[in-house]
Amino acid sequence: MATKDDLGRRGEAIAAAFLTAAGMTVIERNWRCPQGEIDIVAADAGEMVFVEVKTRSSLAFGHPLEAITAAKLARLRRLAAAWCEAHPANHDQIRIDAIAVISPAHGEAEVEHLVRVY
Amino acid sequence: MSIGRTYSISLLGLQGAVVEIEADISSNLPAFVLIGLPDTALGEAKDRVRSAATNSGCALPNRKITINLSPAALPKHGSGFDLGIALAAMGAAGMINTVSIDRVLHLGELGLDGRLRPINGILPAVLAAARAGFETVMVPTGNADEAGLVPGIRVVAVASLRDAAIWHGGAFSPEPVEPLLRAAPASLSEHSLDLDEVIGNADAVEALIVAAAGAHHAFFLGPPGAGKTMLAARLPGLLPDLDADASLEVSSIRSLAGLPVGGSLSTRPPFENPHHTATAAALVGGGSGQIRPGAAARASHGVLFLDEAPEFSASVLDALRQPLESGVISIHRANAVAHFPGRFQLVMAANPCPCGQYGARDSSCTCVPNSRRRYLGRLSGPLLDRIDIQFRVQRVTSAGVRASADAPRTTTAAARERVVAARSAAAARLVGTPWSLNSHVPGSWLRGPDGRLPAAVTAAIDRALERGGITMRGYDRILRLAWTVADLDGSARPTAAHIGHALYLRRAISS
Repeated sequence: MATKDDLGRRGEAIAAAFLTAAGMTVIERNWRCPQGEIDIVAADAGEMVFVEVKTRSSLAFGHPLEAITAAKLARLRRLAAAWCEAHPANHDQIRIDAIAVISPAHGEAEVEHLVRVY
Repeated sequence: MSIGRTYSISLLGLQGAVVEIEADISSNLPAFVLIGLPDTALGEAKDRVRSAATNSGCALPNRKITINLSPAALPKHGSGFDLGIALAAMGAAGMINTVSIDRVLHLGELGLDGRLRPINGILPAVLAAARAGFETVMVPTGNADEAGLVPGIRVVAVASLRDAAIWHGGAFSPEPVEPLLRAAPASLSEHSLDLDEVIGNADAVEALIVAAAGAHHAFFLGPPGAGKTMLAARLPGLLPDLDADASLEVSSIRSLAGLPVGGSLSTRPPFENPHHTATAAALVGGGSGQIRPGAAARASHGVLFLDEAPEFSASVLDALRQPLESGVISIHRANAVAHFPGRFQLVMAANPCPCGQYGARDSSCTCVPNSRRRYLGRLSGPLLDRIDIQFRVQRVTSAGVRASADAPRTTTAAARERVVAARSAAAARLVGTPWSLNSHVPGSWLRGPDGRLPAAVTAAIDRALERGGITMRGYDRILRLAWTVADLDGSARPTAAHIGHALYLRRAISS
């Protein structure tokens, strides 16, 4: 498996741990459907939270948040609708968050969490 | 995070409006949003500002930065807002002192490396800032000497965004950079054209001096090689130095047009000679986004010379009628009106016919009468109506060259002395009226109790008026010229001889 996939998986694990520590419940990770994948689905005080995680090992090619484009967010929105359809329940409040993980090969990872980015 | 707020200037013509720049940083994906009617150059500021901040070592946070330029309805253009936008964003991010940037007006374009580039129009912009009550203005180093011409405002010149941030209390260590300067102005060639180079044609030289003394518009008609262009190019040298307000206006227009201004105000009247293919926009000013001054505005307080006037298109020439009348050039666009000063002295030169030889003593004209008529007919009546001096210049004969070889010729310095003396005599007479130059005095004053001349003096033109030889407007123009001729002569009031000379200065077309 390529290093970049390892990095991505490590970042998602860090992000999930971060959300749990922040008092949210992680419901599902890497949910797939024909349209794509949601990194993390979590519940936060009655809100369904769909999280896009972007991980980089350094800032040499820009900040991870800069790599979350409008097209990516639009896809996440469609995926959120698909997830709600696949899990029928009362999802009256949803939101989309973004998490940046800067995880150097050696050393502490750094997490930035942006709430309601779309 | 708080709001960062600072100020800049949006120029419309020579008038500047203060623009408030607000920056807000919100917890959202990195983006740079610029609102408040920016044009393309200003819209691109968002890319310049982020790169400049990163490359000068004070990177903006990776969040959504919203910049609002208010008043939002005022169209803004150009790159001069870059510095203000960058500092407002840094203020919002808490990197510099927000109270400090709120007190200062910022002007300057950013390069991607964070250095500041000089911009056009800094002089009128700093003037507007001073009038709006700002005490401090921050400008690029390359504009420092130009901004320093404005009295009563403190000018802070910075070479880079980092220096600007440090001045506003940012905790960065100074990193000296090579400041970006304007290309050194091509050494302004002092008008070395002297009147004593004009050989023969003493009458035409005298007509030119009359034009300078009374600020009369002039029209020289004559065959090719008669010296029309030579004469016109020497007119600016005859005019007195500009006063403080006029030189500030002249330098402001130069600054707006992107011409070098340098560290001192130009005190000599400008000279503009647009080519006859000029469009109306080139002559009076225009442009779709930013409204730029044309040749007529650049010639304000100086001389606008139109060589081969009939070759200009009629609509272009008629665009000059409004500034000739009001002294102001107004350019109307859907969203704004720009005003430029337009108090220039118009000098036109023309050949009498397409082949140029009509009326010349030494050769004959080959034009058919109709094309001759049509040629000068291109100068519209209303335009010629506004021109006091209409003088026919003849080619110099060999006898004239020999005769004038030893005769003393008028030098520019001597002529300017006469012009200055005549102008001060006119100003002393017209004290208490709104005018100071003979060409501005209306007919009602000339014929009223203050200016009326005895019937014996005006007998010649009274008779011409009675016979229909001249119109009432022509009558007034002759009186105006006569006053200037009298002022040059040092006599208190025009005599019959002065009236005769004035008539002589207006006979080009009728003869």
